[in-house]
Amino acid sequence: MEKTLVKSRKKRFSNLSLALIALPGVLYLIINNYIPMFGVFLAFKKYSLKKGIFGSDWAGFDNFKFLFKTKDAFIMTRNTVLYNVAFIIIGTIVAIAVAVMMCELGDKKRVKGFQALLLLPNLLSWVVIGFIVYAFLNADSGYLNNTVLRTLGINPVSWYATTGPWPAILIIVFLWKNMGYQSIVYMASISGIDKSIYEAAAIDGASKMKQIFKITLPLLKPTVITLVLMSIGRIFYSDFGLFYQVPQNSGALFSVTQTIDTYVYRGLMELNDVGMSAAAGLYQSFVGFVLVLIANFTVRKIDPDNALF
Amino acid sequence: MTESKAFNRVSTVILTILVVLAMLPIVLIVVASFTAETTLIRDGYRFMPKELSLDAYYYMLKQGKIILRSYGVSFLVTFGGTAVSVLLTTMLAYPMARKAFKYRNLLAFFVFFTMLFNGGIVPSYIMWTRFFHIKDTIWALMIPNYLVSAFNVILVKNYFQNSIPDSLIEAAQLDGASEFQIFVKVMLPLAVPTVATISLFTGIAYWNDWTNGLYYVNNEKFYSIQQLLMKIMSNIQALRSNSNASLLGTGAVDLPSTSVRMAMAVIGILPIVIIYPFVQKYLVKGVIVGAVKG
Repeated sequence: MEKTLVKSRKKRFSNLSLALIALPGVLYLIINNYIPMFGVFLAFKKYSLKKGIFGSDWAGFDNFKFLFKTKDAFIMTRNTVLYNVAFIIIGTIVAIAVAVMMCELGDKKRVKGFQALLLLPNLLSWVVIGFIVYAFLNADSGYLNNTVLRTLGINPVSWYATTGPWPAILIIVFLWKNMGYQSIVYMASISGIDKSIYEAAAIDGASKMKQIFKITLPLLKPTVITLVLMSIGRIFYSDFGLFYQVPQNSGALFSVTQTIDTYVYRGLMELNDVGMSAAAGLYQSFVGFVLVLIANFTVRKIDPDNALF
Repeated sequence: MTESKAFNRVSTVILTILVVLAMLPIVLIVVASFTAETTLIRDGYRFMPKELSLDAYYYMLKQGKIILRSYGVSFLVTFGGTAVSVLLTTMLAYPMARKAFKYRNLLAFFVFFTMLFNGGIVPSYIMWTRFFHIKDTIWALMIPNYLVSAFNVILVKNYFQNSIPDSLIEAAQLDGASEFQIFVKVMLPLAVPTVATISLFTGIAYWNDWTNGLYYVNNEKFYSIQQLLMKIMSNIQALRSNSNASLLGTGAVDLPSTSVRMAMAVIGILPIVIIYPFVQKYLVKGVIVGAVKG
């Protein structure tokens, strides 16, 4: 009797001290993450600096009405979604191809070296990447205009004012930065495949290509599906750095570089339109939330081990 | 067998080309930073310039007060932020990993939900600036966004749960250790590999961050190296679109020459390139562990 009492008191004490250990982190998440979640009501206010956030008048759905009346809403949604679709499709294919070839190298040292070099661009900041792209594209001294186009005898292009090439440029920069990172995941997945399957196939006379298409790729399918679904869950979010730093915030390019994230930034910091910007932010968060739930639900059906929850 | 060898060779060739292509852009800015200014202006950026020079680096050494300062800010924020972040993250992960903890599911959901929904930047911005008055302080670079990421918490929690046997905790409890003592003396020392991984991810995120500066810092005193680079670039753009020379003189950040700019970008990535060979192993591990559950 006494023993269980001591034990239960000990347990309560233990619960309390564990809660106390978690407390600093919990407080941080409340401030950094949860309070802003409640702040989404700003999207329904006619924000005025003078009246403050609580004193400002309610606007109902006016901010959203104005937002969706503009061309911007369509452009930023289209860009965000289409770029993500391109990144998912091209990025996945390239990453798998790189992973398959890496696994064929055999020589461990070489694999590690290649892997290290392909991962390096992933560790550079978007600001530095902006500088690097600028070294290629700027009109006067850029590498493309000065060396490549001049050698080919083509007139110089003012890259930061010409929308045409930008989808390609952004996809190339995305691949350059993320190819190494994404292929590592697939490599891990491939090296988890039972080697005896390949040996058996080789004895049966299956060619290398056949082994890849009949063994490696089918066995990669669950990983691919999971990762693709997770990316689809984030299709309403874009990498702010890619779309802000790489085009150098050039206004002439907005029609092909504006995404929801850059719109929210510009609305808030450059145009001071808090209501509209908050509305676009909530639009992103809400649709994003629904998409993540759907994506996770689908993953759980196909491959429960890899579901987020 | 010969077919396999041929395949191996083709893979090697393609991958070598890819690696070279991936490295060329970095090589270009490094070469540009060592190119003589007159050559740069005449020929543009080249992989093999006609004339090399160390002028850009000399210039930075001599005039580099503001560069040095921003470098200091970046180091301070990176080390300070990472240290606090690792502490908060592991402290949050430990109770989640303890089966005896009554509220562990609640806590896990509380952490996890931050990955599903967010309020967006507008409410955050107004909160940090109007209630915490964080604008133009060093805290603005450290505190918003990066201190606790749910992703890292889950990574550490999984490690605590899967790699450290319960019997160790029970033994420590029998010895009369408090929960805090168990955390500091048993769990943390055993979690070094994971702590190394999350420190790296967090440290790189702090070093490379420019968004906190973009939103919260206007005072040059608190420019990180990334923000300094960003300001230089936007001054170039302003100059280009305005052709108004007076813009040049806005603040202490004036327009350095082309090669100096590239040299600054190079020293911006230098710390990462230096530690990279030593930490690559942890990074790759972290990518693999975190990929799916991210």
